[in-house]
Amino acid sequence: MNGFIKGILLLLPYIFMVLGFDIYNRVNPQLGGLPFFYWYQLVWIFIAAILTFTVYLVESKEYERKKVNS
Amino acid sequence: MTSFSDYDYALFFAVIIVVLFVGFISFIWRKPKTMEDITEWGLGGRRFGTVVVWFLLGGDMYTAYTLIAVPGVAGGSGALAMFAITYGIMIYPIVYLMMPRLWTVSKKRNYITVGDFVRDRFSSPFLALLIALTGVLAELPYLALQIVSIGYVMQAIFLPVTISLIIAFLLVAAFTFLSGMRAPALTAIIKDAIVWGVVLTIVIYVPIHYGGFANIFSTASAYTKTTKTFTPLDMPPTLALGYVTLALGSALALFLYPHGITGTLGSKDVRTIKRNASLLPLYNVLLLIVAILGVAAVVANGGVFGTKGQPATSFAFPYLIKDLFPSTFTALAYAAIVVGSVVPASIMALASANLLTRNVYVQYINKNATSAQQALLSRFLVIVVIVAALIFSLTPAANGYVIYLQTFGGAFILQTLPAVYLALYTRKFSKYSIGIGWFIGLSSTLYLLYLLNFSGSLYKPFDFIYVGIFSLILNVVTVLIVHLISLVMHKVKDEGIIDNSELASEF
Repeated sequence: MNGFIKGILLLLPYIFMVLGFDIYNRVNPQLGGLPFFYWYQLVWIFIAAILTFTVYLVESKEYERKKVNS
Repeated sequence: MTSFSDYDYALFFAVIIVVLFVGFISFIWRKPKTMEDITEWGLGGRRFGTVVVWFLLGGDMYTAYTLIAVPGVAGGSGALAMFAITYGIMIYPIVYLMMPRLWTVSKKRNYITVGDFVRDRFSSPFLALLIALTGVLAELPYLALQIVSIGYVMQAIFLPVTISLIIAFLLVAAFTFLSGMRAPALTAIIKDAIVWGVVLTIVIYVPIHYGGFANIFSTASAYTKTTKTFTPLDMPPTLALGYVTLALGSALALFLYPHGITGTLGSKDVRTIKRNASLLPLYNVLLLIVAILGVAAVVANGGVFGTKGQPATSFAFPYLIKDLFPSTFTALAYAAIVVGSVVPASIMALASANLLTRNVYVQYINKNATSAQQALLSRFLVIVVIVAALIFSLTPAANGYVIYLQTFGGAFILQTLPAVYLALYTRKFSKYSIGIGWFIGLSSTLYLLYLLNFSGSLYKPFDFIYVGIFSLILNVVTVLIVHLISLVMHKVKDEGIIDNSELASEF
Protein backbone atom coordinates (compact mmCIF):
# COMPACT_ATOMS: atom_id res chain seq x y z
CA MET A 1 0.00 0.00 0.00
CA ASN A 2 1.51 3.33 -0.90
CA GLY A 3 1.94 6.23 1.48
CA PHE A 4 -0.87 8.20 -0.14
CA ILE A 5 -3.53 5.59 0.65
CA LYS A 6 -2.18 5.18 4.20
CA GLY A 7 -2.36 8.93 4.64
CA ILE A 8 -5.97 9.01 3.45
CA LEU A 9 -6.94 6.21 5.85
CA LEU A 10 -5.39 8.07 8.76
CA LEU A 11 -6.91 11.39 7.69
CA LEU A 12 -10.49 10.11 7.26
CA PRO A 13 -11.43 10.70 10.93
CA TYR A 14 -10.46 14.39 10.56
CA ILE A 15 -12.50 14.83 7.41
CA PHE A 16 -15.55 13.27 9.04
CA MET A 17 -15.18 14.89 12.45
CA VAL A 18 -14.15 18.42 11.39
CA LEU A 19 -15.71 18.95 7.97
CA GLY A 20 -18.62 16.60 8.61
CA PHE A 21 -19.88 18.40 11.69
CA ASP A 22 -23.17 19.42 10.07
CA ILE A 23 -23.80 15.80 9.15
CA TYR A 24 -23.58 14.50 12.71
CA ASN A 25 -24.94 17.50 14.60
CA ARG A 26 -28.50 16.21 14.62
CA VAL A 27 -30.86 14.43 16.99
CA ASN A 28 -32.54 11.87 14.70
CA PRO A 29 -32.43 9.00 13.87
CA GLN A 30 -31.88 7.79 17.41
CA LEU A 31 -30.39 4.42 18.31
CA GLY A 32 -31.01 2.66 21.61
CA GLY A 33 -32.34 5.91 23.02
CA LEU A 34 -29.16 7.82 22.13
CA PRO A 35 -29.42 10.94 19.92
CA PHE A 36 -27.62 10.69 16.55
CA PHE A 37 -24.94 13.11 17.77
CA TYR A 38 -23.91 10.55 20.41
CA TRP A 39 -24.19 7.17 18.71
CA TYR A 40 -22.66 8.34 15.42
CA GLN A 41 -19.55 9.34 17.32
CA LEU A 42 -19.63 6.09 19.28
CA VAL A 43 -19.48 4.24 15.94
CA TRP A 44 -16.63 6.51 14.80
CA ILE A 45 -14.54 5.59 17.84
CA PHE A 46 -14.42 2.08 16.40
CA ILE A 47 -14.07 3.09 12.73
CA ALA A 48 -11.07 5.28 13.56
CA ALA A 49 -9.44 2.51 15.58
CA ILE A 50 -10.00 0.01 12.77
CA LEU A 51 -8.50 2.40 10.19
CA THR A 52 -5.35 2.84 12.30
CA PHE A 53 -5.16 -0.89 12.91
CA THR A 54 -5.48 -1.60 9.17
CA VAL A 55 -2.52 0.65 8.42
CA TYR A 56 -0.58 -1.05 11.23
CA LEU A 57 -1.30 -4.53 9.87
CA VAL A 58 -0.32 -3.55 6.33
CA GLU A 59 2.91 -1.91 7.44
CA SER A 60 3.71 -4.82 9.69
CA LYS A 61 3.23 -7.30 6.79
CA GLU A 62 5.31 -5.17 4.44
CA TYR A 63 8.06 -5.03 7.03
CA GLU A 64 8.08 -8.81 7.51
CA ARG A 65 8.22 -9.35 3.74
CA LYS A 66 11.11 -6.94 3.40
CA LYS A 67 12.98 -8.70 6.17
CA VAL A 68 12.54 -12.10 4.49
CA ASN A 69 13.67 -10.77 1.10
CA SER A 70 16.78 -9.04 2.36
CA MET B 1 -28.79 9.88 49.50
CA THR B 2 -27.17 8.04 52.36
CA SER B 3 -24.31 9.36 54.43
CA PHE B 4 -20.99 7.57 54.85
CA SER B 5 -20.58 5.10 57.69
CA ASP B 6 -17.21 4.45 59.32
CA TYR B 7 -16.99 1.32 57.21
CA ASP B 8 -17.45 3.38 54.02
CA TYR B 9 -14.71 5.80 55.01
CA ALA B 10 -12.48 2.85 55.77
CA LEU B 11 -13.11 1.41 52.29
CA PHE B 12 -12.48 4.80 50.68
CA PHE B 13 -9.13 5.21 52.41
CA ALA B 14 -8.16 1.56 51.97
CA VAL B 15 -8.40 1.79 48.17
CA ILE B 16 -6.34 4.98 48.09
CA ILE B 17 -3.74 3.58 50.47
CA VAL B 18 -3.35 0.41 48.40
CA VAL B 19 -2.68 2.47 45.25
CA LEU B 20 -0.20 4.75 47.03
CA PHE B 21 1.52 1.72 48.56
CA VAL B 22 1.92 0.14 45.12
CA GLY B 23 3.47 3.44 43.97
CA PHE B 24 6.03 3.21 46.76
CA ILE B 25 7.07 -0.36 46.08
CA SER B 26 7.01 -0.18 42.28
CA PHE B 27 10.75 0.55 42.16
CA ILE B 28 11.26 -3.21 42.67
CA TRP B 29 9.15 -3.97 39.58
CA ARG B 30 11.48 -4.97 36.70
CA LYS B 31 14.21 -3.79 38.99
CA PRO B 32 17.06 -2.12 37.13
CA LYS B 33 20.76 -2.49 38.02
CA THR B 34 20.59 1.06 39.29
CA MET B 35 17.86 3.64 39.62
CA GLU B 36 20.51 6.39 39.66
CA ASP B 37 20.09 6.79 35.92
CA ILE B 38 17.87 9.25 34.10
CA THR B 39 16.63 6.67 31.55
CA GLU B 40 15.74 4.18 34.28
CA TRP B 41 14.16 6.64 36.68
CA GLY B 42 12.71 9.03 34.09
CA LEU B 43 11.50 6.62 31.38
CA GLY B 44 11.24 3.31 33.21
CA GLY B 45 14.22 2.09 31.18
CA ARG B 46 12.29 2.32 27.89
CA ARG B 47 11.01 -1.20 28.42
CA PHE B 48 7.21 -0.99 28.66
CA GLY B 49 5.25 -3.30 26.37
CA THR B 50 1.83 -2.90 24.73
CA VAL B 51 -0.29 -3.69 27.80
CA VAL B 52 1.63 -1.52 30.26
CA VAL B 53 1.73 1.41 27.82
CA TRP B 54 -2.02 1.06 27.29
CA PHE B 55 -2.63 1.40 31.01
CA LEU B 56 0.03 4.05 31.47
CA LEU B 57 -1.16 6.35 28.68
CA GLY B 58 -4.80 5.62 29.48
CA GLY B 59 -4.26 6.49 33.12
CA ASP B 60 -2.21 9.46 32.05
CA MET B 61 -4.78 11.02 29.70
CA TYR B 62 -8.14 9.91 31.08
CA THR B 63 -7.73 11.45 34.49
CA ALA B 64 -9.62 12.50 37.62
CA TYR B 65 -10.12 15.82 35.90
CA THR B 66 -11.77 13.98 33.00
CA LEU B 67 -14.11 12.13 35.36
CA ILE B 68 -15.12 15.43 36.96
CA ALA B 69 -15.00 17.86 34.04
CA VAL B 70 -16.66 15.88 31.22
CA PRO B 71 -19.83 15.05 33.21
CA GLY B 72 -19.58 18.60 34.55
CA VAL B 73 -19.76 20.10 31.06
CA ALA B 74 -22.57 17.69 30.18
CA GLY B 75 -24.46 18.59 33.35
CA GLY B 76 -24.07 22.31 32.69
CA SER B 77 -24.14 22.65 28.89
CA GLY B 78 -25.21 19.25 27.53
CA ALA B 79 -23.91 17.98 24.17
CA LEU B 80 -20.87 20.27 24.30
CA ALA B 81 -19.24 17.59 26.51
CA MET B 82 -19.11 15.37 23.41
CA PHE B 83 -16.24 17.52 22.12
CA ALA B 84 -14.05 15.33 24.34
CA ILE B 85 -15.07 12.30 22.27
CA THR B 86 -14.71 14.11 18.92
CA TYR B 87 -11.23 15.07 20.06
CA GLY B 88 -10.52 11.56 21.33
CA ILE B 89 -11.29 10.16 17.86
CA MET B 90 -8.76 12.52 16.26
CA ILE B 91 -5.86 11.93 18.68
CA TYR B 92 -4.65 8.55 17.56
CA PRO B 93 -3.88 9.03 13.85
CA ILE B 94 -1.48 11.77 15.03
CA VAL B 95 0.06 9.42 17.55
CA TYR B 96 0.49 6.87 14.75
CA LEU B 97 2.17 9.35 12.42
CA MET B 98 4.35 11.25 14.89
CA MET B 99 5.31 9.20 17.90
CA PRO B 100 7.13 6.29 16.19
CA ARG B 101 9.50 8.82 14.60
CA LEU B 102 10.11 10.66 17.85
CA TRP B 103 10.60 7.38 19.69
CA THR B 104 13.07 6.06 17.09
CA VAL B 105 15.40 9.06 17.19
CA SER B 106 15.06 9.30 20.98
CA LYS B 107 16.10 5.70 21.44
CA LYS B 108 19.02 6.10 19.01
CA ARG B 109 20.35 9.24 20.65
CA ASN B 110 19.17 8.53 24.19
CA TYR B 111 16.82 11.51 24.41
CA ILE B 112 14.66 11.85 27.51
CA THR B 113 12.53 14.85 26.51
CA VAL B 114 11.13 16.47 23.39
CA GLY B 115 13.45 19.40 24.15
CA ASP B 116 16.42 17.11 23.49
CA PHE B 117 15.04 16.41 20.02
CA VAL B 118 14.38 20.09 19.26
CA ARG B 119 17.90 21.03 20.40
CA ASP B 120 19.60 18.64 17.98
CA ARG B 121 17.15 18.97 15.12
CA PHE B 122 17.74 22.73 14.96
CA SER B 123 21.15 22.83 16.70
CA SER B 124 19.61 25.35 19.04
CA PRO B 125 19.67 24.94 22.83
CA PHE B 126 17.74 28.20 23.05
CA LEU B 127 14.82 26.96 20.94
CA ALA B 128 14.86 23.78 23.05
CA LEU B 129 14.67 25.93 26.17
CA LEU B 130 11.66 27.83 24.82
CA ILE B 131 9.84 24.63 23.90
CA ALA B 132 10.67 23.00 27.24
CA LEU B 133 9.48 25.99 29.26
CA THR B 134 6.27 26.22 27.21
CA GLY B 135 5.72 22.57 28.11
CA VAL B 136 6.26 23.11 31.83
CA LEU B 137 4.03 26.20 31.90
CA ALA B 138 1.22 24.41 30.06
CA GLU B 139 1.58 21.37 32.32
CA LEU B 140 1.37 23.17 35.64
CA PRO B 141 -2.32 24.17 35.45
CA TYR B 142 -3.17 20.69 34.16
CA LEU B 143 -1.51 19.20 37.23
CA ALA B 144 -3.21 21.75 39.50
CA LEU B 145 -6.55 20.71 37.98
CA GLN B 146 -6.04 17.12 39.12
CA ILE B 147 -5.70 18.45 42.64
CA VAL B 148 -8.72 20.75 42.36
CA SER B 149 -10.84 17.94 40.88
CA ILE B 150 -10.41 15.54 43.76
CA GLY B 151 -11.10 18.44 46.12
CA TYR B 152 -14.73 18.19 44.94
CA VAL B 153 -14.85 14.56 46.02
CA MET B 154 -13.37 15.37 49.43
CA GLN B 155 -15.94 18.13 49.79
CA ALA B 156 -18.82 15.81 48.89
CA ILE B 157 -17.90 13.46 51.77
CA PHE B 158 -17.05 16.22 54.25
CA LEU B 159 -13.32 15.63 54.52
CA PRO B 160 -11.11 18.62 55.38
CA VAL B 161 -10.15 19.52 51.80
CA THR B 162 -6.89 21.45 52.11
CA ILE B 163 -5.10 19.12 54.49
CA SER B 164 -6.31 15.99 52.65
CA LEU B 165 -5.01 17.34 49.34
CA ILE B 166 -1.64 18.30 50.79
CA ILE B 167 -1.12 14.87 52.36
CA ALA B 168 -2.29 13.02 49.24
CA PHE B 169 -0.08 14.87 46.80
CA LEU B 170 3.01 14.93 49.00
CA LEU B 171 2.68 11.14 49.06
CA VAL B 172 2.44 11.15 45.25
CA ALA B 173 5.60 13.30 45.11
CA ALA B 174 7.34 10.92 47.51
CA PHE B 175 6.62 7.73 45.57
CA THR B 176 7.51 9.37 42.27
CA PHE B 177 10.79 10.48 43.88
CA LEU B 178 11.43 6.90 44.87
CA SER B 179 10.17 4.85 41.93
CA GLY B 180 10.28 7.23 38.93
CA MET B 181 8.17 6.27 35.94
CA ARG B 182 7.62 2.74 37.22
CA ALA B 183 5.23 4.25 39.79
CA PRO B 184 2.62 5.74 37.43
CA ALA B 185 2.91 2.68 35.16
CA LEU B 186 2.16 0.16 37.88
CA THR B 187 -0.44 2.21 39.76
CA ALA B 188 -2.21 2.87 36.44
CA ILE B 189 -3.06 -0.83 36.15
CA ILE B 190 -4.89 -0.87 39.50
CA LYS B 191 -6.44 2.54 38.97
CA ASP B 192 -7.90 1.55 35.60
CA ALA B 193 -9.29 -1.72 36.90
CA ILE B 194 -11.22 0.22 39.55
CA VAL B 195 -12.29 3.08 37.27
CA TRP B 196 -13.55 0.79 34.49
CA GLY B 197 -15.37 -1.39 37.04
CA VAL B 198 -17.09 1.58 38.63
CA VAL B 199 -18.05 3.34 35.38
CA LEU B 200 -19.40 0.18 33.73
CA THR B 201 -21.50 -0.59 36.83
CA ILE B 202 -22.97 2.89 36.78
CA VAL B 203 -23.71 2.84 33.06
CA ILE B 204 -25.54 -0.47 33.33
CA TYR B 205 -27.58 0.65 36.34
CA VAL B 206 -28.49 4.20 35.29
CA PRO B 207 -30.56 3.42 32.14
CA ILE B 208 -32.35 0.59 33.99
CA HIS B 209 -33.19 2.97 36.81
CA TYR B 210 -34.58 5.63 34.46
CA GLY B 211 -36.24 3.28 31.97
CA GLY B 212 -33.76 3.65 29.13
CA PHE B 213 -31.53 6.32 27.60
CA ALA B 214 -34.42 7.75 25.59
CA ASN B 215 -36.14 8.71 28.85
CA ILE B 216 -33.00 10.30 30.24
CA PHE B 217 -32.49 12.43 27.13
CA SER B 218 -36.11 13.47 26.75
CA THR B 219 -36.39 14.40 30.44
CA ALA B 220 -33.11 16.31 30.30
CA SER B 221 -34.05 18.16 27.10
CA ALA B 222 -37.08 19.63 28.88
CA TYR B 223 -34.64 21.76 30.89
CA THR B 224 -33.63 23.63 27.72
CA LYS B 225 -36.88 25.59 28.13
CA THR B 226 -35.71 27.14 31.40
CA THR B 227 -31.93 27.11 30.73
CA LYS B 228 -31.33 28.06 27.10
CA THR B 229 -27.58 27.32 27.23
CA PHE B 230 -28.28 23.69 28.18
CA THR B 231 -28.76 21.59 25.01
CA PRO B 232 -28.35 17.88 25.76
CA LEU B 233 -29.34 16.44 22.35
CA ASP B 234 -27.12 18.31 19.89
CA MET B 235 -25.09 21.50 19.49
CA PRO B 236 -26.47 24.96 18.68
CA PRO B 237 -25.26 25.65 15.07
CA THR B 238 -23.67 28.97 16.10
CA LEU B 239 -21.03 27.03 18.01
CA ALA B 240 -20.10 24.76 15.07
CA LEU B 241 -16.70 26.35 14.41
CA GLY B 242 -15.94 26.63 18.12
CA TYR B 243 -16.79 22.98 18.67
CA VAL B 244 -14.69 21.54 15.84
CA THR B 245 -11.68 23.84 16.35
CA LEU B 246 -11.67 23.12 20.08
CA ALA B 247 -11.79 19.37 19.34
CA LEU B 248 -9.12 19.59 16.63
CA GLY B 249 -6.88 21.82 18.73
CA SER B 250 -7.15 19.56 21.75
CA ALA B 251 -6.33 16.51 19.62
CA LEU B 252 -3.24 18.16 18.12
CA ALA B 253 -2.16 19.38 21.57
CA LEU B 254 -2.41 16.21 23.62
CA PHE B 255 0.80 14.56 22.47
CA LEU B 256 2.70 17.81 22.62
CA TYR B 257 2.14 17.88 26.38
CA PRO B 258 5.12 16.60 28.35
CA HIS B 259 3.08 13.81 29.95
CA GLY B 260 1.89 12.46 26.60
CA ILE B 261 5.40 12.41 25.13
CA THR B 262 7.11 11.00 28.22
CA GLY B 263 4.58 8.18 28.52
CA THR B 264 5.17 7.26 24.88
CA LEU B 265 8.96 7.37 25.11
CA GLY B 266 8.78 4.74 27.85
CA SER B 267 7.60 2.19 25.23
CA LYS B 268 9.97 -0.62 24.39
CA ASP B 269 9.56 -0.44 20.60
CA VAL B 270 7.69 1.14 17.70
CA ARG B 271 5.29 -1.79 17.52
CA THR B 272 4.09 -0.98 21.05
CA ILE B 273 3.24 2.57 20.04
CA LYS B 274 1.54 1.65 16.76
CA ARG B 275 -0.55 -1.05 18.42
CA ASN B 276 -1.61 1.36 21.12
CA ALA B 277 -2.76 3.87 18.51
CA SER B 278 -5.51 1.30 17.78
CA LEU B 279 -6.07 0.10 21.35
CA LEU B 280 -6.14 3.36 23.30
CA PRO B 281 -9.31 4.59 21.52
CA LEU B 282 -11.20 2.10 23.71
CA TYR B 283 -10.88 4.69 26.48
CA ASN B 284 -13.05 7.01 24.38
CA VAL B 285 -15.96 4.66 25.04
CA LEU B 286 -15.43 5.29 28.76
CA LEU B 287 -15.41 9.00 28.06
CA LEU B 288 -18.63 8.81 26.06
CA ILE B 289 -20.27 6.94 28.93
CA VAL B 290 -19.33 9.57 31.50
CA ALA B 291 -20.59 12.31 29.16
CA ILE B 292 -23.99 10.59 29.03
CA LEU B 293 -23.88 10.15 32.81
CA GLY B 294 -23.45 13.91 33.08
CA VAL B 295 -26.77 14.31 31.25
CA ALA B 296 -28.33 11.70 33.56
CA ALA B 297 -27.03 13.70 36.53
CA VAL B 298 -29.26 16.60 35.49
CA VAL B 299 -32.28 14.29 35.65
CA ALA B 300 -31.20 12.91 39.04
CA ASN B 301 -30.50 16.41 40.34
CA GLY B 302 -33.74 17.85 38.99
CA GLY B 303 -31.95 20.88 37.56
CA VAL B 304 -29.08 22.03 35.36
CA PHE B 305 -25.75 22.21 37.21
CA GLY B 306 -24.10 25.58 37.63
CA THR B 307 -27.36 27.53 37.33
CA LYS B 308 -28.88 29.55 40.12
CA GLY B 309 -29.56 27.54 43.26
CA GLN B 310 -27.92 24.41 41.81
CA PRO B 311 -24.59 22.78 42.69
CA ALA B 312 -21.45 23.70 40.70
CA THR B 313 -21.01 21.72 37.45
CA SER B 314 -18.08 19.80 38.93
CA PHE B 315 -20.47 18.08 41.33
CA ALA B 316 -22.51 16.45 38.52
CA PHE B 317 -20.73 13.09 38.62
CA PRO B 318 -20.14 12.85 42.41
CA TYR B 319 -23.79 13.76 43.14
CA LEU B 320 -25.20 11.35 40.56
CA ILE B 321 -23.35 8.51 42.27
CA LYS B 322 -24.38 9.70 45.71
CA ASP B 323 -28.05 10.03 44.67
CA LEU B 324 -28.41 6.62 43.08
CA PHE B 325 -26.09 4.21 44.84
CA PRO B 326 -25.62 2.76 48.34
CA SER B 327 -22.91 4.49 50.34
CA THR B 328 -20.49 1.56 50.07
CA PHE B 329 -20.46 1.74 46.27
CA THR B 330 -20.20 5.52 46.47
CA ALA B 331 -17.11 5.14 48.66
CA LEU B 332 -15.55 2.87 46.05
CA ALA B 333 -16.48 5.21 43.19
CA TYR B 334 -15.10 8.28 44.95
CA ALA B 335 -11.91 6.43 45.74
CA ALA B 336 -11.69 5.62 42.02
CA ILE B 337 -11.87 9.32 41.13
CA VAL B 338 -9.18 10.12 43.70
CA VAL B 339 -6.80 7.44 42.44
CA GLY B 340 -7.58 8.70 38.95
CA SER B 341 -5.55 11.76 39.85
CA VAL B 342 -2.55 9.87 41.19
CA VAL B 343 -1.26 8.48 37.89
CA PRO B 344 -1.41 11.70 35.85
CA ALA B 345 -0.11 13.83 38.73
CA SER B 346 2.88 11.54 39.08
CA ILE B 347 3.76 11.45 35.38
CA MET B 348 3.05 15.15 34.78
CA ALA B 349 5.41 16.12 37.59
CA LEU B 350 7.99 13.66 36.35
CA ALA B 351 7.76 14.88 32.75
CA SER B 352 8.11 18.52 33.82
CA ALA B 353 11.06 17.64 36.05
CA ASN B 354 12.79 15.87 33.16
CA LEU B 355 12.36 18.95 30.93
CA LEU B 356 13.83 21.26 33.56
CA THR B 357 16.74 18.92 34.18
CA ARG B 358 17.59 18.20 30.56
CA ASN B 359 16.82 21.46 28.80
CA VAL B 360 17.63 23.99 31.49
CA TYR B 361 20.15 22.42 33.87
CA VAL B 362 22.17 20.22 31.51
CA GLN B 363 22.06 22.69 28.60
CA TYR B 364 22.82 25.84 30.54
CA ILE B 365 24.22 25.10 33.98
CA ASN B 366 26.18 21.87 33.99
CA LYS B 367 26.89 20.45 30.54
CA ASN B 368 28.79 17.50 31.99
CA ALA B 369 26.16 16.30 34.44
CA THR B 370 26.24 12.52 34.74
CA SER B 371 23.13 10.43 34.28
CA ALA B 372 23.06 9.81 38.05
CA GLN B 373 23.23 13.55 38.79
CA GLN B 374 20.40 14.18 36.34
CA ALA B 375 18.24 11.50 37.95
CA LEU B 376 18.87 12.99 41.39
CA LEU B 377 18.01 16.51 40.28
CA SER B 378 14.84 15.32 38.52
CA ARG B 379 13.77 13.56 41.71
CA PHE B 380 13.95 16.76 43.70
CA LEU B 381 12.30 18.75 40.93
CA VAL B 382 9.30 16.39 41.09
CA ILE B 383 8.74 17.57 44.63
CA VAL B 384 9.20 21.21 43.62
CA VAL B 385 6.70 20.86 40.75
CA ILE B 386 4.07 19.14 42.89
CA VAL B 387 4.43 21.69 45.68
CA ALA B 388 4.12 24.49 43.11
CA ALA B 389 0.94 22.90 41.73
CA LEU B 390 -0.44 22.48 45.27
CA ILE B 391 0.17 26.13 46.11
CA PHE B 392 -1.32 27.10 42.76
CA SER B 393 -4.47 25.03 43.29
CA LEU B 394 -5.01 26.04 46.91
CA THR B 395 -4.65 29.78 46.39
CA PRO B 396 -8.22 31.08 46.55
CA ALA B 397 -7.48 33.65 43.84
CA ALA B 398 -6.24 31.03 41.39
CA ASN B 399 -8.99 28.58 42.20
CA GLY B 400 -11.77 30.15 40.20
CA TYR B 401 -9.56 30.40 37.15
CA VAL B 402 -7.93 27.04 37.24
CA ILE B 403 -10.46 25.36 34.94
CA TYR B 404 -9.93 28.03 32.31
CA LEU B 405 -6.19 27.72 32.68
CA GLN B 406 -6.32 24.23 31.28
CA THR B 407 -7.82 25.29 27.95
CA PHE B 408 -5.23 28.09 27.94
CA GLY B 409 -2.52 25.49 28.51
CA GLY B 410 -3.74 23.65 25.41
CA ALA B 411 -3.56 26.85 23.36
CA PHE B 412 0.01 27.50 24.56
CA ILE B 413 1.31 24.01 23.97
CA LEU B 414 -0.19 24.04 20.44
CA GLN B 415 2.33 26.72 19.52
CA THR B 416 5.12 24.15 19.90
CA LEU B 417 3.58 22.07 17.09
CA PRO B 418 5.85 23.32 14.26
CA ALA B 419 8.97 22.71 16.37
CA VAL B 420 7.91 19.11 17.00
CA TYR B 421 5.46 17.68 14.45
CA LEU B 422 6.74 19.64 11.43
CA ALA B 423 10.33 18.98 12.47
CA LEU B 424 9.62 15.25 12.67
CA TYR B 425 8.91 15.25 8.93
CA THR B 426 11.05 18.00 7.44
CA ARG B 427 14.31 19.79 8.18
CA LYS B 428 13.59 22.58 5.72
CA PHE B 429 12.75 25.17 8.36
CA SER B 430 15.46 26.94 10.32
CA LYS B 431 15.43 27.68 14.04
CA TYR B 432 14.65 31.30 13.15
CA SER B 433 11.45 30.62 11.24
CA ILE B 434 10.23 28.14 13.87
CA GLY B 435 11.25 30.43 16.74
CA ILE B 436 9.59 33.53 15.30
CA GLY B 437 6.47 31.49 14.51
CA TRP B 438 6.41 30.28 18.13
CA PHE B 439 6.70 33.88 19.34
CA ILE B 440 3.86 35.12 17.11
CA GLY B 441 1.67 32.14 18.06
CA LEU B 442 2.21 32.64 21.77
CA SER B 443 1.73 36.41 21.59
CA SER B 444 -1.48 35.98 19.63
CA THR B 445 -2.74 33.41 22.16
CA LEU B 446 -2.01 35.74 25.06
CA TYR B 447 -3.54 38.75 23.33
CA LEU B 448 -6.76 36.94 22.40
CA LEU B 449 -7.09 35.51 25.91
CA TYR B 450 -6.63 39.02 27.22
CA LEU B 451 -9.42 40.24 24.91
CA LEU B 452 -11.57 37.45 26.36
CA ASN B 453 -10.71 38.67 29.88
CA PHE B 454 -9.11 35.27 30.51
CA SER B 455 -12.56 33.78 30.99
CA GLY B 456 -12.87 31.51 27.98
CA SER B 457 -10.98 30.27 24.93
CA LEU B 458 -13.52 30.65 22.10
CA TYR B 459 -13.21 33.97 20.29
CA LYS B 460 -16.62 35.37 19.38
CA PRO B 461 -15.70 37.93 16.66
CA PHE B 462 -14.26 35.04 14.60
CA ASP B 463 -17.30 32.80 14.85
CA PHE B 464 -16.19 31.38 18.24
CA ILE B 465 -12.97 29.91 16.84
CA TYR B 466 -10.71 28.25 19.42
CA VAL B 467 -7.91 30.68 20.30
CA GLY B 468 -5.29 27.91 20.10
CA ILE B 469 -6.14 27.02 16.50
CA PHE B 470 -6.37 30.65 15.40
CA SER B 471 -2.91 31.33 16.83
CA LEU B 472 -1.50 28.12 15.38
CA ILE B 473 -2.58 29.26 11.91
CA LEU B 474 -0.76 32.59 12.46
CA ASN B 475 2.19 30.64 13.80
CA VAL B 476 2.48 28.37 10.75
CA VAL B 477 1.94 31.24 8.30
CA THR B 478 4.75 33.14 10.05
CA VAL B 479 7.05 30.12 9.77
CA LEU B 480 6.36 29.99 6.02
CA ILE B 481 6.86 33.74 5.50
CA VAL B 482 10.15 33.84 7.42
CA HIS B 483 11.24 30.77 5.51
CA LEU B 484 10.44 32.43 2.17
CA ILE B 485 12.25 35.62 3.16
CA SER B 486 15.36 33.71 4.16
CA LEU B 487 15.17 31.74 0.90
CA VAL B 488 15.11 34.98 -1.10
CA MET B 489 18.00 36.36 0.94
CA HIS B 490 19.91 33.06 0.52
CA LYS B 491 20.17 32.82 4.29
CA VAL B 492 18.79 29.31 4.70
CA LYS B 493 21.13 27.23 6.81
CA ASP B 494 20.47 23.64 7.64
CA GLU B 495 22.21 23.28 10.96
CA GLY B 496 20.43 20.36 12.59
CA ILE B 497 22.55 17.33 13.38
CA ILE B 498 19.73 14.79 13.02
CA ASP B 499 19.52 13.20 9.61
CA ASN B 500 16.05 12.37 8.27
CA SER B 501 17.01 8.69 8.09
CA GLU B 502 17.34 8.64 11.89
CA LEU B 503 13.65 9.39 12.23
CA ALA B 504 12.36 6.58 10.04
CA SER B 505 10.93 3.92 12.31
CA GLU B 506 11.67 0.24 11.72
CA PHE B 507 8.36 -0.13 9.95
